[in-house]
Amino acid sequence: MKPAPFVHHSPRTLDEAVAVLGDVGHDGKVLAGGQSLIPVLNMRLAQPAHLVDINRVAGLDTVTVTDTSVRVGAIVRHAQLEKHDGAYAVLPLLRQALRNVAHPAIRNRGTTVGSIAHADAAGEMPSIAVLTDAVIEAIGPRGRREIAAREFFEGPLQTLLEADEILEAVRFGRFAPGTRTAFLESARRHGDYALAGLGVAVDVEGDGPDAVVRGARAAYVSVTDIPVVLDLSEAVAGQRVSSASWDGVEELVQAGIAPEADIHASSDYRRALAVELTRRALTTAATTTEPATTTTEGHA
Amino acid sequence: MTTRQFGAPVQRKEDPRLVTGNGRYLDDLGHTAYEVAFVRSPHAHARITDIDVDGALEVDGVIAVYTHEDLDGPVGDRLPLLIPHPSIVAGRTGHALAKDDVNHVGEAIVMVVARDRYLAEDAAQRIVVSYDFLPPIVGLEKSRDGEGLVHDDAPGNVAAHLLQEVGNVEAAMAKAPRTLTLDLEIERSACMPMEGKGVLAHWDADEQRMRIHSSTQTTTGVRAAVASKLQLPLAQVECIAPDVGGGFGVKIMHPWPEEVLIPWAARRLDHDVKWTEDRREHFTSSAHERGQLQQVTVGFDDDGRLLALDVKFWHDNGAYLPYGVIVPIITATQLLGPYKPQNYRVEFWSMYTNTVLVTPYRGAGRPQGCFAMERTMDAIAAELGIDRTEVRSRNFIQPEEMPYDQGLLFQDGRPLKYDSGDFPASLAKLKALVGWDDFTAYREQAEAEGRKVGLGIGCYVEGTGVGPYEGGHVHVETSGRVNVATGLTTQGQGHQTILAQIVADELGVSIDDVHVTTGDTRRMPYAVGTFASRGAVMSGNAVALAARAVRAKALRIAADALEVSEADLQIEDGTISVKGAPHASIALSTVAVMSNPLRYAFDESAKAATQFAGAFDPDKPPVADDDEPGLEGKDYYSPTQATFANGMHAAIVETDPVTAEITILRYCVIHDCGTVVNPMIVEGQVHGGVAQGVGGALYERMAYDETGQLLNASFMDFLIPYASEVPHIETDHLETPSPLNPLGIKGAGEAGTIPVTAVIASAIEDAEGFPIRSMPISPTELWDLRREHAAAAQSTSASTPTTTTTPTQESA
Repeated sequence: MKPAPFVHHSPRTLDEAVAVLGDVGHDGKVLAGGQSLIPVLNMRLAQPAHLVDINRVAGLDTVTVTDTSVRVGAIVRHAQLEKHDGAYAVLPLLRQALRNVAHPAIRNRGTTVGSIAHADAAGEMPSIAVLTDAVIEAIGPRGRREIAAREFFEGPLQTLLEADEILEAVRFGRFAPGTRTAFLESARRHGDYALAGLGVAVDVEGDGPDAVVRGARAAYVSVTDIPVVLDLSEAVAGQRVSSASWDGVEELVQAGIAPEADIHASSDYRRALAVELTRRALTTAATTTEPATTTTEGHA
Repeated sequence: MTTRQFGAPVQRKEDPRLVTGNGRYLDDLGHTAYEVAFVRSPHAHARITDIDVDGALEVDGVIAVYTHEDLDGPVGDRLPLLIPHPSIVAGRTGHALAKDDVNHVGEAIVMVVARDRYLAEDAAQRIVVSYDFLPPIVGLEKSRDGEGLVHDDAPGNVAAHLLQEVGNVEAAMAKAPRTLTLDLEIERSACMPMEGKGVLAHWDADEQRMRIHSSTQTTTGVRAAVASKLQLPLAQVECIAPDVGGGFGVKIMHPWPEEVLIPWAARRLDHDVKWTEDRREHFTSSAHERGQLQQVTVGFDDDGRLLALDVKFWHDNGAYLPYGVIVPIITATQLLGPYKPQNYRVEFWSMYTNTVLVTPYRGAGRPQGCFAMERTMDAIAAELGIDRTEVRSRNFIQPEEMPYDQGLLFQDGRPLKYDSGDFPASLAKLKALVGWDDFTAYREQAEAEGRKVGLGIGCYVEGTGVGPYEGGHVHVETSGRVNVATGLTTQGQGHQTILAQIVADELGVSIDDVHVTTGDTRRMPYAVGTFASRGAVMSGNAVALAARAVRAKALRIAADALEVSEADLQIEDGTISVKGAPHASIALSTVAVMSNPLRYAFDESAKAATQFAGAFDPDKPPVADDDEPGLEGKDYYSPTQATFANGMHAAIVETDPVTAEITILRYCVIHDCGTVVNPMIVEGQVHGGVAQGVGGALYERMAYDETGQLLNASFMDFLIPYASEVPHIETDHLETPSPLNPLGIKGAGEAGTIPVTAVIASAIEDAEGFPIRSMPISPTELWDLRREHAAAAQSTSASTPTTTTTPTQESA
C-alpha cells in the first residue's frame, strides 16, 4: 500500500497551479485534502505521474457569505465550513450535512469542494450542491467558467470538469425566506458512507404550529447515481407543520431513486430506508428551530 | 507499611510510554534494512504455469526477487502442522512461497527485496504470474458437497473429523419427552490488530548468529521454527517481540511464511531485511475465524431440563491447517458452558475452503459454542413458555458439585474438569444488574411509545490458562532494582503492571522498583506464548514462585547477618527487619550485595562483598555447594489442567420498527475470573472483549464472493465498531478463586468476547418475536427476516391477517 512514483508540484498561486496542471494534462491530479485521492494512490488504483498540490495556493481558503450564496474556496476544510457561524446563519443545511461527512479527523483535512469534484454518489456535499442550486467555478488554461451544479455531475465519479481544470470554488445558493432544512442519513457505523441519506428543503409559510408547507425538495445520498433534486411538493403542499403526514411522498421517492445492492444492504432495503428517512427528515425540517434562512445580512 | 498491590487498581506502568507515542513497534525498528513486498495470488484456486520476474529486475533499487525455486533446504518444504491431533485425516499446510498451486487469494508467490517498500511494490507490480484456473471452493456448503476439492488428496474437503460422546445420547434422546432441532450459522470475522504482522531479521555473519524481531505472540515458537527451517543451532537464534500493537490470536500462529522468509533472505543477502504487513495483506494472508454451520438436537423434559444434547458442526478452516483443530475442539467442549447436558455427543468436520486460513481469534471457537448452547436454551424456554433464566438455572452445575468433570478432553488433551464457579450466584447478580424482572414493564412502556425493545442473555464457561508451562525469573540488583523476566509476550494487556504487582507483594518491595521484561528469548529461553487467556495464570504464578525463591534466599542471608531465625523476619518496602524490632534491619539491596561474593569492588556498595571485607568461615567455600551467587530465583508453573473462568452477560437492544436499525441500549456483564490481580485491567479486558464481540454480532463479516475474492478487505468495508457503536458496559464481579494455582487466578483476556453474539441474538429475538439463527445480523438482514416472517404468517393464517403498524418516529 505504497503509491507508485509521482512528481509533486506545489504551486503558490492559482495561475501557477493552472499552468502546471495545463502542462501535465491528463497525467496529473489535483491534490486538495487528499481524503479520497491518497487511499486511491496507496492502493495503486490510480497512478498519476503528477500531483498538483493546491494546499499552498493563496486565496483558496475562504468562505464568503453574500446576499445570494455561500462561496466556499477550493481548500476550505469541511470542518472550517461546518464551524462557520456566518454560513450557518444563512444556510444551516451546510452544517446539518457536514456533521454527517465521515469523522472529525477526516473533516479536518478533507475539503468540501474536493468532495464535490470527486463526485462520489455516497458523498453528502454533491447532493447539497444540487439542492442549493450551487454554481461551480472552474478555472483552466482556457480561463474561468461557471457550471450549474445540476449539470455538473455526469455519473459516479464523473463530472464536466476537464482534466486540466481546477475547481476554484463552489457557490452554494441561499434558499428563499421561509425555507426550512434538514439532513438525515443512515450508515452502518457512525460516519461511514450512508446506506441512504438526504437533504431536504421545505418551503413553509407562516410561523408556529399553524405554519403551512408550500413545497419540499430533496437530494439523496447513495441511492442515486448522480445527485438529483426530487420535487416532493405535490405530496406535501398544504400540510400544517405540526400535524403533517408525509405518507404521500413514498411514490415520488420510489420513482426518483435507483439504489443498488452491495455487501452492506440490498436495494430493496435502501429503498425502504430512503422513504422512511425522507419522512423523518421532512418532520425534522418542518419543525426545526435552527435558523430560518430569512437572515439578510451576510458577511464573511 | 507496604501497600498490598495484588487486587488494587494499579495504574498501568506501560501507559505513559505507550500513550505518548514512545512505543517501539516492529516498523519503528530497522531503518536501514532492505524492505520486502510480495506478489500474492489474485486467484482463490489455480495452478501456477509461469512466473516472469524480468520486469521487476529492471527496477532501480531492487536487491533480489525470489520464488519457490530459490528456497533451499527445509525453507522450501511445507510449513509445519503445529498441533498434530489424531482427528486430522488430511493435514495440509502451505509453502512459504507457493509451489505449483495457490489455494486462496493472498497466498504469497514471489518475494521482492528492495531498498525500500515503495520500490519493492513498484517491482512487484511488474511481475507476471500465469495461471490455470481451478474451481474455487468457497463457503462451507460448497465445501461440504465435495464436488470440487481444495486439495486433491483431501477427499470430501475434510481436514479433520472428531466425535466425542459422554453417556448414551441416542437412548436418552429417544426417551426424551420433547426434542428440538436448530440449524445455526455463524460467519467469519478476524482479529484485526491495529498493527499487522511484521518481521525484522539481522544476520551476524561473523558470529553466525540470527536475531529476529517479530510482532508475535510467541518468540520462543518463532525462534525454534526459524532455527529448524534455517538449520541453525537454537543457541544461535534469538527472537524478541518489540511492542506489539495487538494480537488477539492471529500472532500466536507461527511460523508465518514471512517469519521464515525474512531471516532466510537476511542470511542470504547478509543484510538486515524487514517486512511490515499492510492492511490489505492482513485481510488476505493472515488468518480469520468463527465460520461454522451447526446443527443442534436437544432432548429435554417438561421442566426444561436437558436429557440429551446432540451437536454436529462444520468448521471452515480455510485453505490450510497449520494450527490443527484447536478451534473446533474448543467449540465442541466449551459449548457446554455452565450446564449439565446429562448425555452429550458432539461431532465436527473441519473443512477446507479456498479462503484465508483459520486460526484462533480471541474467544477461539467459544463464541460459536456459546451461540449454539445459548440459542438452544432460548429455544427450550420459548417452547415451554418458561423464563429464559429459569431454564438456565435448572441446568446449572451447582457450586457443591465442583470440581465438575464434563467427561471430555479439552484443547490441551486434559480432562474438561471445571475447578470452581458459582453459577447461581452469577445469574442472581446479572438479573439484579440488568433489572431482569422489571423488563416486562419497560417493554410495555416502550411499546406504548412505538418502540421495539428486547432483552437477551448469554452464559459461558471458559477454560483458561492452559499449559504446558511458563517460567519466571526474578533478579534483585545491588541497587535494589528488581528485574523480572517471563518468556511469554505482551500485546498491550498490562503484563508489565500485573506481574510487577505480584512480585512487589511476594518480595515486599515497591512496585516502582520492579521492571518486567516479556517475550525476549535472550532473557527467558523457555516459554510457550500468549494465548488462551493464560498470561496472568501462567506467568503470574511463575513469577510468584520465582519471587518466593528469591524471598527465601534473602531471608536466609539476612537471618545469618542479623543472627536471628528466618521465621522472625519480614520484608517491607525493600527492607528486611525483625518482626517487633524494626531497628534490627538490613536492606534487600545489601542482601543482594552479600549474595554475590566478589573479588573486585567496582562501586561503593560492592565493597561489602569483597574478599577482605569481613569475617568469614575459612572452612567453607564463598558459595556453598548447594547455592548459587546472586539474589535471583527462577521457577516454572506447569498446571495439571486448565482453570475455568465464567461469565454471564445481558443486553437490552432496540430495533427500529421501520428501518430495522439495531441499537444496544444497555450491556451488562458479570465476570468471574477467580482472584483478580488488577480490577482496572480486568475491566479493560472485558470492555475490549465486549467491543470485539459487538463487532462479531452486528458488524463484521468476511464478504467472500463465489470466486473467493474478499470484497471488503479494507477498514472502509470491514466494519469494526467505532467507539460510537460500542455501548457503555456495566460490570460486576464475582471472585471464586481457582484451587489449582498458588494465586487463585483464572484468565480474563478472551472472556468479554465469548457470549456477545449469543446475547445480541437473544435480545433481537426477544424484540422481534421470531428466531434468530444466523449471526452476525445487519439492519438489511433483519428487515428481510421481518418480511419473510410477515409473509409466512400471512400465508399460514389467512383468517387472522397480521398487520404491523409502524408508527412514524420523530427524529430528534
